[in-house]
Amino acid sequence: MGRRATPEVNAGSMADIAFLLLIFFLVTTTIEKDKGIARQLPPRQDEQPPIDIKEKNIFVVTVNKENQILADNDLMNIEDIREAAITFLDNGGDGSCAYCKGKRDLASSDNPDKAIITVKSDRETSYKTYIQIQNELVAAYNFLRDRESQRLFGFKFTKVKSAIATGDYKGNEEKAQVKLKQIQALFPMKLSEAEAKKSQ
Amino acid sequence: MSKFNKKKGGELPAVNTASLPDIVFMLLFFFMVVTVLRKDNMLVQQKLPKADQVEKLKKDRSVFIYAGKPSSRYQEKFGTEGKIQIGDKYTDINSLEFALSEARTKLIPELQGKVVVGLKVDEDTNVGLLQDVKEKLRDLNMVKIIYITAPGNDVKQ
Repeated sequence: MGRRATPEVNAGSMADIAFLLLIFFLVTTTIEKDKGIARQLPPRQDEQPPIDIKEKNIFVVTVNKENQILADNDLMNIEDIREAAITFLDNGGDGSCAYCKGKRDLASSDNPDKAIITVKSDRETSYKTYIQIQNELVAAYNFLRDRESQRLFGFKFTKVKSAIATGDYKGNEEKAQVKLKQIQALFPMKLSEAEAKKSQ
Repeated sequence: MSKFNKKKGGELPAVNTASLPDIVFMLLFFFMVVTVLRKDNMLVQQKLPKADQVEKLKKDRSVFIYAGKPSSRYQEKFGTEGKIQIGDKYTDINSLEFALSEARTKLIPELQGKVVVGLKVDEDTNVGLLQDVKEKLRDLNMVKIIYITAPGNDVKQ
């Protein structure tokens, strides 16, 4: 008996099988993209030294359980929070802030460095409203930081920051980091969160 | 002169599909590599609130806490009150400490000190529940948190 050549496997249906698998993975794929608002909680301290903060330097945002917002003693819609926060931060009341473009209202904040924003929420406030407020407040800071970085360095703070985070930044990263720090120092994010109140 | 005669009945030759499997396999491998199969089985509703002023989360150093109302199929058993989930099971606020330290040990040792807690909270949840979680996190000294949100913004400017 002579050797017989083994018959070739018919690979015609290979493409069909591969397509089937491909479609399965296409359907099940969820490219997860976790993004969010980062915060640092205040560490536990036994004794907190009393801090003297002038009332005009605090911007209080209060949310009740009906999700109504009171900002700086005015009933406000969520759409207006950003503008109000920008006005408050950019005020520069005591004239020590050369780069502020606000009204220099004596009854509002002295300096962005001293300005503090506090969010007080009720225990029954919805998380959606809470995040919307946080988002608007971060947006206010980002707006001011963008403006200053545009003026000083000619780039947008938020754009460069996200470019560095994703690794897409072209140019000297370390130098850019120093610049970002500088901008951050001009408008330091001072957001404090009071504990949620029990609703009556 | 037959050299210059046009061939009669010039049917179009069939497109060669021999390399089709290769192309499809290439796509297949791409999707297999990028696919992340969901690790945790969701026991709570997860409709995340929208925000656009966001930062990216570093995956390798994060621990997730889910919170929200129980999913519709678990509501008969567990009611509609907001609940906390870590890993694959519901967690009580008092056993949060244990569940979190357990989740932390799954990270690589070098990064365990820099852990970031990702809070995936449903938008209908009360802030009170979140507040309890945050108080516990402060006790545990895990102070870096990130509120995971969906892209977009409902607030019109």
